[in-house]
Amino acid sequence: MKPFTIACPTGHLAFTPLEKASFLEGCRLGPDAIVADAGSCDIGPRPLGADRHVSLEAHQRHDLEIMLLEARRLGVPMIVGSASDTGTDRGVDQFVRLVREIAAEHRLAPFELAAIYSEQKVEDLLGRLERGARIAGLDGRPDGDAATLRRTDRVVAVMNAEPIRRALREGAQVVIAGRASDCALFAAPLLEAGFSPAIAYYTGKLMECASFACEPFMGKETILGTVEGESVVVRAMHPEQRCTPASLASHAMYERTDPFREHVAGGWIDMSGCRYEQVDGKATRASGAVFHATPRLSVKLEGAGRVGERRLAIVGVRDPQTIARIDQAIAWARGKVAERFGPEGRGWRLFYHLYGRNAVMKELDPDPPSAPHELGVVVEAVHEDGRTAEEIAALAARNLFYARLPGTKGTAGAAALMSDEILVGEPGYEWTLNHVIEVEDIMELVRIRHLVVDGRGGEGR
Amino acid sequence: MVKLRELASTIRSKNAGVDHLTFDVIFRDPSAFARVRDSGALAPERICALYRIPRERLTHHCVFEPAQAIKFTIRRLVPSGSPGETDVFGAQQYAPLFDVEVP
Repeated sequence: MKPFTIACPTGHLAFTPLEKASFLEGCRLGPDAIVADAGSCDIGPRPLGADRHVSLEAHQRHDLEIMLLEARRLGVPMIVGSASDTGTDRGVDQFVRLVREIAAEHRLAPFELAAIYSEQKVEDLLGRLERGARIAGLDGRPDGDAATLRRTDRVVAVMNAEPIRRALREGAQVVIAGRASDCALFAAPLLEAGFSPAIAYYTGKLMECASFACEPFMGKETILGTVEGESVVVRAMHPEQRCTPASLASHAMYERTDPFREHVAGGWIDMSGCRYEQVDGKATRASGAVFHATPRLSVKLEGAGRVGERRLAIVGVRDPQTIARIDQAIAWARGKVAERFGPEGRGWRLFYHLYGRNAVMKELDPDPPSAPHELGVVVEAVHEDGRTAEEIAALAARNLFYARLPGTKGTAGAAALMSDEILVGEPGYEWTLNHVIEVEDIMELVRIRHLVVDGRGGEGR
Repeated sequence: MVKLRELASTIRSKNAGVDHLTFDVIFRDPSAFARVRDSGALAPERICALYRIPRERLTHHCVFEPAQAIKFTIRRLVPSGSPGETDVFGAQQYAPLFDVEVP
């Protein structure tokens, strides 16, 4: 089997723009495919729940344009997954539109594009639940039930390599996929080239974040992975970067609870016996992964639901006596909110973020200072109704000013209001689904649409 | 005694999925790695004491030899990015590890 080389220019397409020079350098070496992931759960539940992208369209266009022009020049597949941050149908359609616009702008010759959708309707999942399906909780979560689904605004299924393989087999030269396991985007062309699932998915795991697998630390620079037999050589393309056994191995455990296992729908990679060896100054060879197919096909579901409107206020405290008794002051203010709106939890939530004490780490902070020089308090109020959230934020912030602390010397106000305004936050969302559902065939959850993109004016299918 | 920050080359935290925070302590120097690994300074019960969490919130803990690393994972009380969140990427939860004393 011939070696197969993949170029990956970015670990999250368009979150910030990719660096063109190292990508062109990588493409000069003639990769067999260009692959990048464009989404993440790290950005929190709001983008998925509200179905909005957080990457700027100007950056999306920038990255897609650079990748598309090189892919078409080389005549190799371009695979982008988890389109537009969320991998929802909106994200896929947006990227397809951008590819069409870029093709027209550059008058590209016609090429086949596959759009792969993996968004799920909540009603469809409710139907599956009624027919006896189990929506099994991951990471210690309880199983999902009808109430879980009703709290969910939007759901995506996380595809493995199979739908992408099918799209490639059916002739796609550009694949824009919805939510997908990052490693599956890389595995798909490798599996189609005849490589084993072990090295195909493992290569994806190592390459998915591009130059994060190299040192020194740089984002958005291209890496190349050349697969031969059961090993892969990962090479840094930036002149100042190198891929070392230490950098590659430490990346293998990045963002994972377990450095030895990576799960995808239909199996998992066992990385406990992996070996890393320096090839030359810029590259490291990795091998030793084992793929375990699971008897059942469990597909991950990610879902997010709106919790309520959010309003914010900013308050500062400098009086050392108030700082020492800030918990009492907060209790007073919470009490004033409860007088009007009933106990917290019944329709409203209130958070005091105490910058200067433990806002960043909250309960995990082992040693919050009891007497910081000053405290910055961000008040965050949540309620279904925006006006009510505004009133709660106002009461919660201004009652720090009016807090009745026995013996206080500062009788003209116990807190400094940065201004008297209440800031309008984005609505609050939460991750409602971090679950898996069993299916017979992943295509039950995935739809593929083929079209021809003709940058020279012909009407696409 | 020496502080962990003087021995480790990387000390970091990050989300692992939406329900967990994962911590990586990575060593460049093999002897520093062996010293910390064998000292028990980052043993599960020490981490639980440092972060003041019950043992069941520490869901994973392992030594990852290929990267000369010690890795552990703590379950979040609420999923990342929910209202009340102040570290949506989980990227600033490692600071207390700097001052861990290593015999």
